[in-house]
Amino acid sequence: MQFSILLVVLLLLSAVGFRMGRGRALQVGGPKARALHSLPSYYGYYVALWCGIPAVFLIAIWLSCEPFILQGIVVGALPADAKSLPSAQLSLLMNEVRQLGSSGDYQHASGAIASTAAEQYRNLRNMSFGAMAVISLAMAILGCVLGVRYIRPDLRARNKVEGVVKIFLIASSTVAIFTTIGIVLSLLFESLRFFRMISPVDFLFGLDWSPQMAMRSDQVGSSGAFGAVPLFAGTLLISLIAMVVAVPIGLLSAIYMAEYAHPNFRSVAKPLLEVLAGIPTVVYGFFAVLTVAPFLRDAGAAVGFSIASESALATGIVMGIMIIPFISSLSDDVITAVPDSLRQGAYGLGATRSETIKQVVIPAALPGIIGGVLLAVSRAIGETMIVVMAAGLSAHLTANPFEAVTTVTVQIVTLLVGDQEFDSPKTLSAFALGLVLFLVTLVLNVVALNVVRKYREKYD
Amino acid sequence: MTEMVDQVRVSATAEKVNARLQRRYAVEKRFRFYGIASIVVALSFLAILLFSIISQGHTAFMQAEMRLSVTFDPSVIDPDGGRQKAVLSSADYTALVRNALLARFPEAEDRLARREMIALISQGADLELRKMVMGDPSLIGTTRDVWLPAAASVDQLRKGHMSRDADKGGQFTQRQLGWIDALESSGNLSSRFNKWLFTSGDSRQPELAGLWGAVVGSFYSLLVTVTLSFPLGVATAIYLEEFSTRNRWTDLIEVNINNLAAVPSIVFGLLGLEIFLNVFNLPRSAPLVGGLALTLVSLPTIIIASRVALKAVPPWIREAALGLGASRLQMVMHHVLPLAMPGILTGTIIGMARAVGESAPLLMIGMVAFIVDVPASPLDPSTALPVQIYLWAASPERAFVERTSAAIIVLLCFLAVMNATAIFLRKKFERRW
Repeated sequence: MQFSILLVVLLLLSAVGFRMGRGRALQVGGPKARALHSLPSYYGYYVALWCGIPAVFLIAIWLSCEPFILQGIVVGALPADAKSLPSAQLSLLMNEVRQLGSSGDYQHASGAIASTAAEQYRNLRNMSFGAMAVISLAMAILGCVLGVRYIRPDLRARNKVEGVVKIFLIASSTVAIFTTIGIVLSLLFESLRFFRMISPVDFLFGLDWSPQMAMRSDQVGSSGAFGAVPLFAGTLLISLIAMVVAVPIGLLSAIYMAEYAHPNFRSVAKPLLEVLAGIPTVVYGFFAVLTVAPFLRDAGAAVGFSIASESALATGIVMGIMIIPFISSLSDDVITAVPDSLRQGAYGLGATRSETIKQVVIPAALPGIIGGVLLAVSRAIGETMIVVMAAGLSAHLTANPFEAVTTVTVQIVTLLVGDQEFDSPKTLSAFALGLVLFLVTLVLNVVALNVVRKYREKYD
Repeated sequence: MTEMVDQVRVSATAEKVNARLQRRYAVEKRFRFYGIASIVVALSFLAILLFSIISQGHTAFMQAEMRLSVTFDPSVIDPDGGRQKAVLSSADYTALVRNALLARFPEAEDRLARREMIALISQGADLELRKMVMGDPSLIGTTRDVWLPAAASVDQLRKGHMSRDADKGGQFTQRQLGWIDALESSGNLSSRFNKWLFTSGDSRQPELAGLWGAVVGSFYSLLVTVTLSFPLGVATAIYLEEFSTRNRWTDLIEVNINNLAAVPSIVFGLLGLEIFLNVFNLPRSAPLVGGLALTLVSLPTIIIASRVALKAVPPWIREAALGLGASRLQMVMHHVLPLAMPGILTGTIIGMARAVGESAPLLMIGMVAFIVDVPASPLDPSTALPVQIYLWAASPERAFVERTSAAIIVLLCFLAVMNATAIFLRKKFERRW
């Protein structure tokens, strides 16, 4: 709250800086501001930037350093016996201190040490905020004043302002790169910690998955086995079922829409199909649990067949429904991109429409279609909510679609929702699974995008 | 002679061709039929999905309430008559509910009967009374007819989701059923609009559970998302379309954007957990962090849509602006960007619609918890609308099934409004050059 007030004040100061800069420019610019290099408002922006940017930078640096410095001071002030605690317990204590300090309510403190430290932490934080506010506002005012004094008719204000804007544009475009780096680093860092405890060979090729660690050494059945093959198999099984549902339906509807359908029919049916893509996956998950799974179970029971209520079949079918519009719109694009001359040639040789489609259009569009299917596979593999709600939790190595299987994403969610211990392989294994998921989908995407791009270049 | 042979040969060929043609036309017809059939199948999936959600969920918008004449007894609420806030808020309002029920059914005398009787009304009924008294202390000492929420089981019974027969899973005794019928026939038990669904936070009691906390949480997350991803996305698109020349660096950026568009959203959740929570120590379960994760999810969509919109602006606009002496940035800001804005806004709204429905990254950063309070700022713990659906879907009570469906209806309505706005913008401002 205080923080947003500070930002608003800074914004107001910048606005004042803008007015002052423009006024000053008009003043020094002579009659009708003819002597100015740039339009008067650029001088205003120039001052506003001098006012805002240094202050914002200061706040950003301050906020990113503050936690570490505060922590150092608070830990330094702890009594000697608390300081000599093992690092895990010390970080636990510091977490508590931070929490107490932010809430300002020391009644629930675990001990006198924590509550005094929390009070110190709170005081330090308030002090730090006050200092930050004062210094940043002072910098803003200083920047404002300096900026105004610097204004002369020959100041190239437009070029300077545009330079800053251009830097902002370039910086924004690097966010995508930093995101990728962030993903890779965070997954890699925790995965390496995991692979220090569990060998990668056991993880990638082991057949047994039971991540519950034993609390006591004599406990039965909770050995903590991290063989991820059953998860990979389950993921592939469900994705395969989804593809069996989605590819024929999606492809045939795309062909019909692109080649046969009347424009009126197309203008109604295509958006309706795309509604399927707009429905959140959590809704599909609920649909699978509420409608599809019971239906399949009862249908199976009616013919004397036992289908688990968390069967891979139900999950896969619903995921397939979700993917239909994905495949149909991608295929539609590549089919309509096939040049008409190919079709005309086939018609001229006496082929019927379906023969033209099957023997000319589809082969020509095949690379694009395959690219689309690969993208759809990567989507199916990474899909989370449907499987979390509708697929099983325990890992079975089976190819039977009527049984419950679990997937990589389900395990990531179950391992990370609730208590997390970043020193046990149970929590860390989620990051190793995430790394595998990221790499697999990355490879699929790169291959698919390349295939699609090559195809486009061929006909453009 | 040879002519006849030729004719025979020709007619034989014609026959063959005709027969083949029949087959080929049959194949053609079948192929068309497959196409139509698959569209029908896909659309019927959509119809079944919507039908099953709406048929399950529409009942949750009404819920059973009970009219009781409650005596706001001063000796229970405020024995010393000081009307102090602390006294009023900690008073025993359950006693008022109990007394009102006893006044209605004086025949319930023994302990068991009283317990059965109190089970008919929601455990949160006393909170309703407290809210009334806190809002208007002059109620104390009066007797009013008050509509209070009935227990969820009564509601389910009236909606036909629970059998009256104890053998078939019914939870009520004959005595309770008698009371319910008596209330029903005297008009003191009826279905009224379920205001809790829209005004309160989550609750363990289905009849008091609401979506408001989740809606506010989603709103805060979206606020963070839109303030970050819109400027970043548009700036990236402008840089890539208008300023950069094609080189290795921009190729790298482009490859990254295309990949991020296809990375599973749960991976963004892992990133959020590791970077935002573990490194930067931001609060768990906060919409701020959720919004940051959703920014990364929606950024590629916005960038790609903005680039398409910028590309659609014809080059002669740029040439004219530059020819009149505008700088490149002036050309973009004064001419190209305003013309591309409708397309950019459409893309942004579609990206936001995706973010509203996204839940996997939010699970990772802890926005999946039982949270009763409505968040007051983006730093308070909270859930989001799709996560609330996930949480309710996992609740065992029958009454939560219909509430889950109702929550889905609400979510789908939000999405429909957003997408309709996007379509409207596109239709209204789309320009063909």
